[in-house]
Amino acid sequence: MAAGAASGGSATTDTYASARNLLLLPSWVILGIFVLAPVIMMLIYSFLTKEFRGGVIWQFSLAAYDQFFFDRGLFGDEPAKIEWTYINIFWRSTWQAGAATILSLLIGFPTAYFIATREESVRPIWVFLITIPYWVNLLIRTVSMKFLLRDEGPLNDFLMSTGLIDSPIHIINTNFAVQLGLFYSYLPFMVLPIYAAVERYNFSMSEAAADLYASKWVTLRRIVLPAIKPGVIAGCILVFVPSLGSFLAPDLLGGAKNFMIGSLIEEQFKGNAGNWPFGAAASMVLLSMVLIILMIFARQQSKADKAEG
Amino acid sequence: MAAVNDNIKSYTGFKAITILCLVVLYAPLVIVTIYSFNASKSITNWEGLSLYWYYDIFAGPESAKWKEAAWNSFTIAIVAATMATSIATLAATAMVRGGKFKLRTASFGLISLPLMVPEIVLAVATLIFFNSIGFTRGYFSILVAHTAFCIPFAYLPIQARMQGIEDSFEQAAMDLYANKRQAFTKILLPLMMPGIISGFLLAFIVSLDDFIITNFVKGAGVETLPTAIFGSVKQGLKPNIMAISTLLLGVSVVMVTISYFVSKKDNTQ
Repeated sequence: MAAGAASGGSATTDTYASARNLLLLPSWVILGIFVLAPVIMMLIYSFLTKEFRGGVIWQFSLAAYDQFFFDRGLFGDEPAKIEWTYINIFWRSTWQAGAATILSLLIGFPTAYFIATREESVRPIWVFLITIPYWVNLLIRTVSMKFLLRDEGPLNDFLMSTGLIDSPIHIINTNFAVQLGLFYSYLPFMVLPIYAAVERYNFSMSEAAADLYASKWVTLRRIVLPAIKPGVIAGCILVFVPSLGSFLAPDLLGGAKNFMIGSLIEEQFKGNAGNWPFGAAASMVLLSMVLIILMIFARQQSKADKAEG
Repeated sequence: MAAVNDNIKSYTGFKAITILCLVVLYAPLVIVTIYSFNASKSITNWEGLSLYWYYDIFAGPESAKWKEAAWNSFTIAIVAATMATSIATLAATAMVRGGKFKLRTASFGLISLPLMVPEIVLAVATLIFFNSIGFTRGYFSILVAHTAFCIPFAYLPIQARMQGIEDSFEQAAMDLYANKRQAFTKILLPLMMPGIISGFLLAFIVSLDDFIITNFVKGAGVETLPTAIFGSVKQGLKPNIMAISTLLLGVSVVMVTISYFVSKKDNTQ
């Protein structure tokens, strides 16, 4: 995702310099019309007045953002208080995405490290094994997770048959189920960038640390980890960002109580009951959060690149 | 590097966690595949091996719905991936072989925009846009949206591949009086082929995979496999979903295997 931005600037030649505008024209047109223009139109919609059957009236209004942040009572005439409902949904989403990221890091880091320290000839096979699930339809993976975690599902059956538990553990429709679902959805994204970073790491530095009587775990924490930090951060962002705006895992695994941003937005565009400007405003808040995270990341990466030389 | 003692590199427990990681990644998929062959009408009890649910998809009462959704999904994925890959190939040529130019950074930003905007936000934006310009929602709106967001997925492998090809081959061809078009089609394009194939496969899978954007822009009556499966799961998990999932799983595994061998063959050349 954002890691691609770093590779955009490397060496180029100018064989096709005279034709470059023509070559780029199709992508400018298609992406300009069907990605950039829609995002701009969404920004405009978030400042319009809502129409009651879904859709908008072309009249400037701050009502959508006002509804998001402030509570003015039932009739809108009370002094403005902070409206916590939507902020709480965003906070819960951040927390859920954060928990999924930490889970992915705990499993993904050792896995990536282990793969990167195998013989060079077998590494592609390990990477291949980690990549396959990423190619499998996300909806199918989420449905599989739902099937597995049900009260009567195979996981509970298995645990009960081993005698570890007497009655099924209730996992589905809890926060934990959503975290597991997000973790499962994006785990390969954590492994791959860390793997790439460890593969580039020069292990003679670990050897030097060992020669100076550093224990292995101290070496990992003080030498290896700082060296591969950009890969770790990239992995965390690749898990956190899509988790934050995810729809399928909270919707299928979380049930009604574990509402996240994705469901809040989706609801505003369903049928006639929705509120398009409010949905656009909530999307803008989410987009701003993501862009801020990506900008901080890009600045860190360019700093790290400069430090390297 | 080869001289480094393996003892220093390895940490106890990392192997166990790697195995756990693979179990976690594969267990749900394997279990769903097994249960797709269950003879039982319920998803909970195991009543022996059977192909009943596969029969049900292809010839059962809902078979028309699944066939239509599959047709929509696959034709959209093929057409969108083909268009996205063609557009991405031209763009990558300009970006890697076009020298330094003013709009380079802006162009790269525009190409990677679909990756930076969260999917649900892009879905909302596309719906709003189609609505405001009066674009009828249906098969064609899904196709256009898919083409647009598949471009970066096709672009990145192609760019990566092209950066590894020195331009001396094309220069040599041009020294021998090939024009630029010939240098491109006869020299650069064949060398880029592994990247183009990977880009196409990735775009194809991403299109086939998409639920959220499709769900927003599809309009009434048009379903793709993910939206049809989602609608069915919302009414309760049934064994036929397991069978469809297993078939789609098979498609993904075939695609990723092709992609693996294309890149492997490429490395050994």
